[in-house]
Amino acid sequence: MNEAAIELQDLQVAYTVRGVDRRVLRGVSFSIGQGESYGLVGESGCGKTTAAFAIMRYLPRNAKILNGSIRLNGEDMIGMSGSSMRRLHATTVSMVYQNPASALNPSIRIGPQLAEVFELMGVAKEEAMHQSEEMLHKVQISDPQRVMRRYPHQLSGGMQQRAVIAMALAKNPTLLILDEPTTGLDATVEAEVLDLIAALRQEFGTSVLFISHNLAVIAKMCERVGVLYAGRLVEEGPAHEIFRAPRHPYTVGLLRCIPRGGLRKDETALDTIPGFLPRLGADLPGCVFEPRCGLAKEVCREQEPDLYPLGHGRASRCHFHDRAHELPRVAPARLPAVQAANGQPLLEVANGSKTFRQEGQDVQALVDVSLVVRPGEVLGLVGESGSGKTTLARVLLGLTAADEGSILEMDGERLAGKVEKRSTEQVRSLQIVFQNPDGALNRRHSVRRIVGRALEKLLGMKGRDRDKRAVELAESVRFDQALMGAKPAQLSGGLKQRVAIARAFAGEPRIVLCDEPTSALDVSVQAAILNLLVELQTQKGVSYVFISHDLGVVRYISDRIAVMYLGRLQEVGDAETVFSGPHHPYTEALLSAVPTLEGEERARIRLEGEIPSAADPPSGCVFHTRCPRFLGEICVQEEPPLTEVEPGHLMRCHIPVDELRRLQAEARAVAQSKTTT
Amino acid sequence: MGRFLLTRLGLAAITLFLLSVFVFLGANLLPGNVARRKLGNLADQSAVDQLNHQLGTDKPILVQYWNWITGLLHGDLGTSLSYQLPVSQLIGPALTNSVKLAAFAFVMVVPLAIVGGVVAALKRDRLTDRIITVGGLSLAVVPEFVTGIMLILVFGLWLGLFPVSANAPDGSDILTQLKYLFLPALTLVIVLFGYISRITRAGTIEALDADYTRTAMLKGLPRRTVVRRHVLRNSLLPTIAVIATQTGYLIGGLVVIETLFNYPGMGRLIFTAANDKDFPLLAASVLIVGIVFLVATLLADIAYSLLNPRIRYAAAE
Amino acid sequence: MTTIDEQAAPIAIPIRPDETKVERNERLRLLVRSPTFLIGCVLVGVWVVCAIFGNLIAPHNPVAPDILSKFEPPSGQHLFGTDKLGQDVLSRVILGARSVLVVAPVATILGTVLGTTIGLVTGYYRGFVDEATMRVVDAILAIPLIITALLVVTAVGPSRKTLILVIGFVFTPIIAKTVRAAVLGEAQLDYVQAARLRNEHGPYVMFAEILPNVTGPIIVEFTVRLGYAIFTVATLAFLGFAADPTIPDWGKDISTHYQSINAGYWWPVLFPSLAIATLIVGINLIADAIAQLFER
Repeated sequence: MNEAAIELQDLQVAYTVRGVDRRVLRGVSFSIGQGESYGLVGESGCGKTTAAFAIMRYLPRNAKILNGSIRLNGEDMIGMSGSSMRRLHATTVSMVYQNPASALNPSIRIGPQLAEVFELMGVAKEEAMHQSEEMLHKVQISDPQRVMRRYPHQLSGGMQQRAVIAMALAKNPTLLILDEPTTGLDATVEAEVLDLIAALRQEFGTSVLFISHNLAVIAKMCERVGVLYAGRLVEEGPAHEIFRAPRHPYTVGLLRCIPRGGLRKDETALDTIPGFLPRLGADLPGCVFEPRCGLAKEVCREQEPDLYPLGHGRASRCHFHDRAHELPRVAPARLPAVQAANGQPLLEVANGSKTFRQEGQDVQALVDVSLVVRPGEVLGLVGESGSGKTTLARVLLGLTAADEGSILEMDGERLAGKVEKRSTEQVRSLQIVFQNPDGALNRRHSVRRIVGRALEKLLGMKGRDRDKRAVELAESVRFDQALMGAKPAQLSGGLKQRVAIARAFAGEPRIVLCDEPTSALDVSVQAAILNLLVELQTQKGVSYVFISHDLGVVRYISDRIAVMYLGRLQEVGDAETVFSGPHHPYTEALLSAVPTLEGEERARIRLEGEIPSAADPPSGCVFHTRCPRFLGEICVQEEPPLTEVEPGHLMRCHIPVDELRRLQAEARAVAQSKTTT
Repeated sequence: MGRFLLTRLGLAAITLFLLSVFVFLGANLLPGNVARRKLGNLADQSAVDQLNHQLGTDKPILVQYWNWITGLLHGDLGTSLSYQLPVSQLIGPALTNSVKLAAFAFVMVVPLAIVGGVVAALKRDRLTDRIITVGGLSLAVVPEFVTGIMLILVFGLWLGLFPVSANAPDGSDILTQLKYLFLPALTLVIVLFGYISRITRAGTIEALDADYTRTAMLKGLPRRTVVRRHVLRNSLLPTIAVIATQTGYLIGGLVVIETLFNYPGMGRLIFTAANDKDFPLLAASVLIVGIVFLVATLLADIAYSLLNPRIRYAAAE
Repeated sequence: MTTIDEQAAPIAIPIRPDETKVERNERLRLLVRSPTFLIGCVLVGVWVVCAIFGNLIAPHNPVAPDILSKFEPPSGQHLFGTDKLGQDVLSRVILGARSVLVVAPVATILGTVLGTTIGLVTGYYRGFVDEATMRVVDAILAIPLIITALLVVTAVGPSRKTLILVIGFVFTPIIAKTVRAAVLGEAQLDYVQAARLRNEHGPYVMFAEILPNVTGPIIVEFTVRLGYAIFTVATLAFLGFAADPTIPDWGKDISTHYQSINAGYWWPVLFPSLAIATLIVGINLIADAIAQLFER
């Protein structure tokens, strides 16, 4: 029986804030076997990052380990001396975290930074550089010699993360901890990095602790999963089983929040988890999830459940684990859906272009974009970095003026390039919900003022009328009236976003741009906000332009979808068509890159290289440098026009649509057969 | 990087031009007609006019400015009205003196302040830090003449260790000169220590808190190596800028210290020129001080861009 | 209006208004208790009292020459000794606070108001106005502030009003630069864009939206500049440009007497020097404590 690579027993960690100990980890126990990959999943504040840093013994000064043990290969880590710990860091355990750019020292070249790891293991300097080069090769960096001499800022995000992974695996550690390693990376890049991690894991036989809030990524990468809530492990077991048939109300609720398996808004509303995530170190007698649990009874408040083993390595910390799936829905299942009105286009942009001048170069952020938004429809906008979707949003709103020759029309009337030149009527018809609720609300203004001011300026309301309407708006976004006097700093992310939505709807807009409105929010909060957005859209018949990198969410909420790459539209069509096919090769690659909870084996398409810079786009079809269905010279010479290949379906590709349909169906069949065998 | 430097150079040139305009206007708008000032209130108006014409101060202001600028570019800084000597002859020794004092002070304060700042950052929020930070800053904000007087009283008068005037007798060797310069230099050290160490501390703290320092620690490197190899090279960049900005003050702003220690530097020169309404001398000396400042900041920018890889190499891929 | 079941709303676990309100009160409490703040307040407080109640506190008439008692060392009758003219140094020191504490704060307020406005305008609008203003600011800042102040005061002659205006204007560029830097950071945030989408005018965005978010740096800058203003007033007085030559002034007294140090008469110089030092250090301690308050 192998020694577990790492074993946590009843780990309790607290932070001392203003003299009071606040417990973050309330007794966490799990173990990871040799060569096993274990996922730790949870929302913000659950303590997963604290657990990682506790294992690395790198907690902040005001943190302390109250109780429990951590054993690495059987060795106790908590009582270890500083120098022993350093030895461990140098040889046995590594950590990779989010944001690779900041993890690398900007003033030292990649080579020396990587060689340092080898030198710590006693390798001589020259040999260390040599081995570093080999390591870079292993993480699939082509031309490792050149990269060794580069500084971190000269590498793309994906390359940086590979370099960091190289540094982590160079010492061939027993345990590799990954804390949200791909959050913030583009979908296609994320897929590459995840594949790399999986491959290297096989090769090195490393145990992996994978921490993420993204259930799909965990499902893809991990054999076993632990669900963390409020510093307690509430469920544990094999990944695919937990996600297929969860046995804890929290896990059940969490999974219901996610639009999975091609769920669409007209089928059912997303379920939500009532209440709020508990405050850091809050006092939670009994079961930690009890205050929000639909199945809770007296016993749950009085007695904290043990982690009941359920066989096959599964366990659940719930008195009623056998009835977990009976958790009542919070949000009603059906929402009345409004038919997308096929009337006159509401907003039309034709030949929309935007060129920026940056460091002496012309950067084409938008190139000849022509799009239509109809009344009452949700247009999803999808694309990775450099796609131009944010620029498009800013151009539509008038925050950035488009280039000469771009035409912007609403209701047939020309819209001025800059918002300052538009009429009040026009301005209030086109509003936005920003991605980051922290920066989107003035932190010195009260909610009442934020909403009230919008009413004043856009509708000319004053005094009591205005205040009354502000309250009505708050109610429509389920924002408690009692909190109208609060300032944004006192509100949680979900509440702040509700205020932002209320503000956007204050002027009775016809179109609301939603720029990643849920990306900065926890999963359970996302569902509530998405439901709210669908509800408001239905009630008021507004149109949305919904920008998101989360394809599941986009598929759920959109009627039509537009896919952008390097400032150009690649595909526009009905949501279902774009997702099921036939679709543009880029869309195909994008879809295959995104992990799903079902873990179905789709045709995995790997895109070579990185996203080209918008300052120097490839000739002809801009996607040709990475296109897995590259035809030939024609793709290099000629940019394909955006043509209507089927009614209501536009695509920019030289390959005829029937050909694409055939090829993609073939690829799907192949992938299916792989799964079944 | 070339782009960056070119931009900085261009901006500096514009600033320099504006500076020359300000200085010229300022010097010439000081109330007081030049010739009248020279000849006194009782002199005849025609004599005043004649002298004005002779000196060229009755020409339109733009022409005067142009003459002045072209003169400067040829090395002719004008003639002092009070001393009847070429201005360059007066500025030369004064500038040399100021540079000597400044250099002496720099050599003492820069290493001390950098070490102080780094130590304060490493022992953040503990007693050593509070002493260095609060102490340094308190000493720095005290007006330099107060500090100077305290030093004079303690070291000069009561302990009798150092001379109270900064003027070494002519022909003294370097050591004697330094002995005489010591008190004023020490005053400057006390004044500058607080500012420089604070910036160094801030830069070091930022580097210590950065993710890359965490990466280095988690590699298993001992703390000392992490600080030496990873932290320092990132923490000292802001310090360069601060040192440069203090240069202008050190060369031209030490009016009081020079008065106190009876030291003929640029500060005193400017003060005297202003009092005497000696426009050529005043304009030229103030301009020189401004130029020194601009050159120092430009050098700092160059150094910064050389040391910061993000500027040295544009983001390639 | 809505048929959606109200149960979809979050269960009424209240948000945490307490947490931040407590935070702000607590931060203020921490401020008031911090040793730096307290010491600073004591130091400054002493001089404020002297400035206001000087006439009542001073043991002797500070402007009564008495040649016979000149240069008497500190004694029971004259705690700080007498000066060149036989005047009681202690009384002069007490009353000297007045001239400094009238001019410096007003000048600093003037500079802060002007500098904040310029900083807001340049930071928000950017473009040519910003570039041009910054060039001008850089040109002015190329010369040490004390020299600039000196030059103007030499030209127009010292008076209380002149000093206030000169120091105020001389501080404006550097305050503008600091405020501009803070504004640049804020202007990037989305709430500023949201204001544009409400047809808000420039002045509203600058003063009602951005300004409340940059008060922190402004207050810190104000306190620091206040110390510097006092320093400038004292220095100018030392160089012979006292605001009002008829009343006691620390800088002037030092300049009158520093030559006498050689003769061993240290007290007419030491005590005004200590006065300046303690006042400025006090202000900077307060500034430091306030800066820490915003750092958290």
